[in-house]
Amino acid sequence: MADVRALAEAVFREESGRIVASLIRISGSFDRAEEAMQEAFASALASWPETGVPANPGAWITTAAHRRIIDAVRRERTRRDKQDSLRYEIESSAPATQEFEEEPMGFADDRLRLIFTCCHPALNREAQVALTLRTLGGLTTPEIAHAFLVPEATLAQRLVRAKRKIQEARIPYEVPPVGRLRERLAAVQAVIYLIFNEGYSASSGDCLVREDLCAEAIRLGRVLCDLMAGDAENLGLLALMLLQNSRRAARVVDGALITLEEQDRSLWDQSAIGEGLALLEGALRLRQAGPYQVQAAIAALHAQAGKAEQTDWAQIAALYEKLGEWNPSPVVALNHAAAVAMSAGPEAGLRRMASLSSALDGYYLFHAARADLLRRLERRTDAVEAYRRALELAGNPVERKFLSRRIRELE
Amino acid sequence: MRYMMLVYSKELDGEMPAEEAVRIRAGHAAVLQDAAQKGILQGAEPLAPTTTATTVRMEDGKPLITDGPFAETKEQLAGYYILDCQNLDEAIEWAARIPTGCKGAEGCIEIRPLPMMPKHG
Repeated sequence: MADVRALAEAVFREESGRIVASLIRISGSFDRAEEAMQEAFASALASWPETGVPANPGAWITTAAHRRIIDAVRRERTRRDKQDSLRYEIESSAPATQEFEEEPMGFADDRLRLIFTCCHPALNREAQVALTLRTLGGLTTPEIAHAFLVPEATLAQRLVRAKRKIQEARIPYEVPPVGRLRERLAAVQAVIYLIFNEGYSASSGDCLVREDLCAEAIRLGRVLCDLMAGDAENLGLLALMLLQNSRRAARVVDGALITLEEQDRSLWDQSAIGEGLALLEGALRLRQAGPYQVQAAIAALHAQAGKAEQTDWAQIAALYEKLGEWNPSPVVALNHAAAVAMSAGPEAGLRRMASLSSALDGYYLFHAARADLLRRLERRTDAVEAYRRALELAGNPVERKFLSRRIRELE
Repeated sequence: MRYMMLVYSKELDGEMPAEEAVRIRAGHAAVLQDAAQKGILQGAEPLAPTTTATTVRMEDGKPLITDGPFAETKEQLAGYYILDCQNLDEAIEWAARIPTGCKGAEGCIEIRPLPMMPKHG
């Protein structure tokens, strides 16, 4: 019984995004699609222990959910004959209750529709993230609330409001026209990368849930690559996430943050690195340059250095400069300065950082980066002062622990 | 779905340069003409400036009258369009064409769906 439940849950996580996407097209309603999905899941739990798990559990759940949504749509149509104020229903030719052995063509389009609708610019970023994780990722509301450290009620409310806006303002359930595709795709990529970063940079909270977020972002990145393989930035984004995530095991040891320089590189996940590098190569062959590819290239240079001192910092500095052209932010400039420090010496890095002090004074990594260069120059008093400032600003216990250790070492 | 597009602009003192006035008028005319041709134009009007506004608020069952708009904001409501669009994306495309600037200052459009009134009986 426990096995059946675990299996059903695994199928649910894997297939729910795909199934919900088609249910939404048929019913025109996120809520009804979710309901049908949950009912199908419940009926699987009820009948599988007796009948045995079907050969293709995903197809079984898809078919069960489709039957339910078609019934619901029919009931709705009958009611609507009397009261025709609900006009949003998408007039679609609902497929008959056939068995879905394979993914028909239309299903891929449905998933793309769902991705673009969840990440529609008329929804705020928080709503985009919550909706994407809930509908495409199949995460439960408590899971998402837990991962983002917001009360469950707040997250539930966020989802309700987003779904209501989609319905009432009629955010279309479609892939944007070619002329708008690039900017809309950028919004989708931003949402996925934000989910990844929330998991990776772990501003606080439970580390298991955090790993889940990274895995989910990578899974969504894969979906996007499957559906739109011709977009180099999709490949670049997935490569970037895989390459960064490959360092996870080496990055935090016993609750302490380990810098790239000090990480045990034998703990890096070589299969993720291999996949990331291959994806990046594929992306570069498409010859559509973009910021995710540049960031992936930077991560790749780190991944390819067997030892910290073999890192090609001059190349990394050049890539950060390139990234700054797309994304002119002081944080990118800070990374550039740090790379310059590594290739041309700490003084050169400090000179570049000096010009960023007003923009980044409230950013703990700015002070931590400065402190690191001062430490390398053996300007101990200045270094301690900068580490203290970083410690005042850092929120996460893992980061605070790291900074405290540095201060102790210098004193 | 009908959408109301609320045009917000800065109300700046002084005359608008003739060239800009011509450009803005032409911008509105083009939107009005296109929308009318497509049969989706359901209304559009400019509003007189907020110096002419009066706000009425009921307090203890009596109307409390104040001079001016309901709130002092950086940009003020300057006019509206009502267009019948397929969905929000189409409404956004139209909104992007409506001039909002005034004497060089940028304005904005707020899009609000007009839900149908519930039927009586």
